[in-house]
Amino acid sequence: MRNKKRDHSHWIFLSPYIIFFTTFIIIPVAAAICLSFTYFNAIEKPTFIGLSNYVGLITQDEVFMQKVLPNTLTFALIVGPGGYILSFILAWALAQIPSKMRTVLALIIYSPSMTAGVAMAVVWTIIFSGDETGYLNSILITLGVLLEPVQWLQSPEYLMKIMIFVTLWGSMGVGFLAMLSGVLNINTEIYEAGYIDGINNRFQEIIYITIPSMKPQMLFGAVMAVVGTFQAGAIGVALSGANPTPQNAGQLMVNHLEDYGFIRYEMGYAAAISVVLLIVVYAFSKVAWRLFGEKD
Amino acid sequence: MSSFQGTKMNPSKFHKSQIKFLLFLIPLAVFMALPIVFIFFHAFKPIDELFAYPPRFFVDKPTLQNFTDLFTKTNDTGVPMSRFLFNSVVITIIVVFLTVVISTMAGYALSKKNFKMKKAIFEINTLALMFVPAAVAIPRYLLIEKLHLINTFTVHILPLLAMPIGLFLVKQFIDQIPDELLEAARLDGASDFKIFTKIIVPLVKPAIATIAILSFQLVWNSIESSSLYVNDETLKTFSFYMSTLTSQVTGNNVAGQGLAAAASLIMFVPNLIIFIILQSQVMNTMAHSGIK
Repeated sequence: MRNKKRDHSHWIFLSPYIIFFTTFIIIPVAAAICLSFTYFNAIEKPTFIGLSNYVGLITQDEVFMQKVLPNTLTFALIVGPGGYILSFILAWALAQIPSKMRTVLALIIYSPSMTAGVAMAVVWTIIFSGDETGYLNSILITLGVLLEPVQWLQSPEYLMKIMIFVTLWGSMGVGFLAMLSGVLNINTEIYEAGYIDGINNRFQEIIYITIPSMKPQMLFGAVMAVVGTFQAGAIGVALSGANPTPQNAGQLMVNHLEDYGFIRYEMGYAAAISVVLLIVVYAFSKVAWRLFGEKD
Repeated sequence: MSSFQGTKMNPSKFHKSQIKFLLFLIPLAVFMALPIVFIFFHAFKPIDELFAYPPRFFVDKPTLQNFTDLFTKTNDTGVPMSRFLFNSVVITIIVVFLTVVISTMAGYALSKKNFKMKKAIFEINTLALMFVPAAVAIPRYLLIEKLHLINTFTVHILPLLAMPIGLFLVKQFIDQIPDELLEAARLDGASDFKIFTKIIVPLVKPAIATIAILSFQLVWNSIESSSLYVNDETLKTFSFYMSTLTSQVTGNNVAGQGLAAAASLIMFVPNLIIFIILQSQVMNTMAHSGIK
């Protein structure tokens, strides 16, 4: 080989990626961490205030502790594992039907995730529209379930449930495709060997063969599910048409952050929320890593 | 193995034992498709059917009125809709092309070159799969302001070019290419650039197709740059315009529904067509998507 030590060609290939990656991902994260220790209103220079933002977030921000955090956790714990398990079951079932039919059904199931929720908000605003021309109201009134129309999207009682429903509907994304190809690529001989070794029903088969054989795809799917869940913040605002959402019923951390950052211009405080959000996402992903990561 | 009673994965023929899966999958798929079918019908409804009570799911007398209205409509400040669509198309083409080039180049270096930082860079990238852009919207805004990118066309493009999931997928895919193949080409005197364009790129087409789709979905649907970084109406994108239509619908503005539905359809259809064309390539790439 030509002397490898002076070969710097890899930097030529890598540098464009690294430049954009650093500029738009690394630096913003670092800046968020730094700003979170300051008071910054976007006009004056940031002043260092130590941990006050975090202390304030935990002890004084009633909306955060009473609404945003519980909302975010409820939303994440239902949509994350729910969407993930649903993705797996669908992928598993799809793998057991012939290829042509599978392609068509997989396409239909994947398609809601293509538009990232917000573009499809119009369908949901029409379906859940608050007067009697709203589709859901009209159906329920005809069936006699309701006597008068419900303001679905403006009601604190229903908004969260509708957000969860809509997000689940659109959550069969990249992770779902990865799991589908994972199930399909498991060597069939492993199943036959498993049955010889005493597996005797479908459930054992999934637990002892299917999932362990596709751990890497399960992990990829899990990370995608976590990220998708926490990214889905825009949906509540898109559905109700307001930030903050009615009585903060659908307020998630992402919305709270935008509320402080872009509406109240308390950038330092918003940065502290960012950092908490990133830590929460990281913690959830770590759980997935524990479950499916290859042990070293 | 006719005696094998377990799961038959990836069956080649239809067998009645598959009926139970179809009984579960088909109703679910129909249910999931309903909102999309609905938007399709809604976009073609004339105004009296949009107002109809009780509301109807199917369209009775389809019309293109909503689309012509949409295309001739201008927004409040007099910018025609076609301008937004033009912006979106140009931005999307540039972003998809550059993302593919940048990720594939980086994937090649991370997969086939040997250097010190290699492992560390890939691990940081895997960590960045968990990155939630919305979380750092504020520092991003400040940074973009410092770089004097506010109110420019490039602000739609630059922040989207580094796509961790794209690099991740293409690197995993390039890992499948045997080193011997590259070694042989090198012995025949092929330059690094030649190896990249003549061997790597043709062999990783499925991964490239996948990055193209993912990056397309990201940029085509993105409203972040238009709503946060751009004030100049002529520089905003179609997806942003469409999101303003949606918020008008919220106020129970039935006339706007037809327009919003037509705009949704224009947003959705390109996603669908591109995915249908490239789906087999995507599935091929996803087989290597696992995180180890």
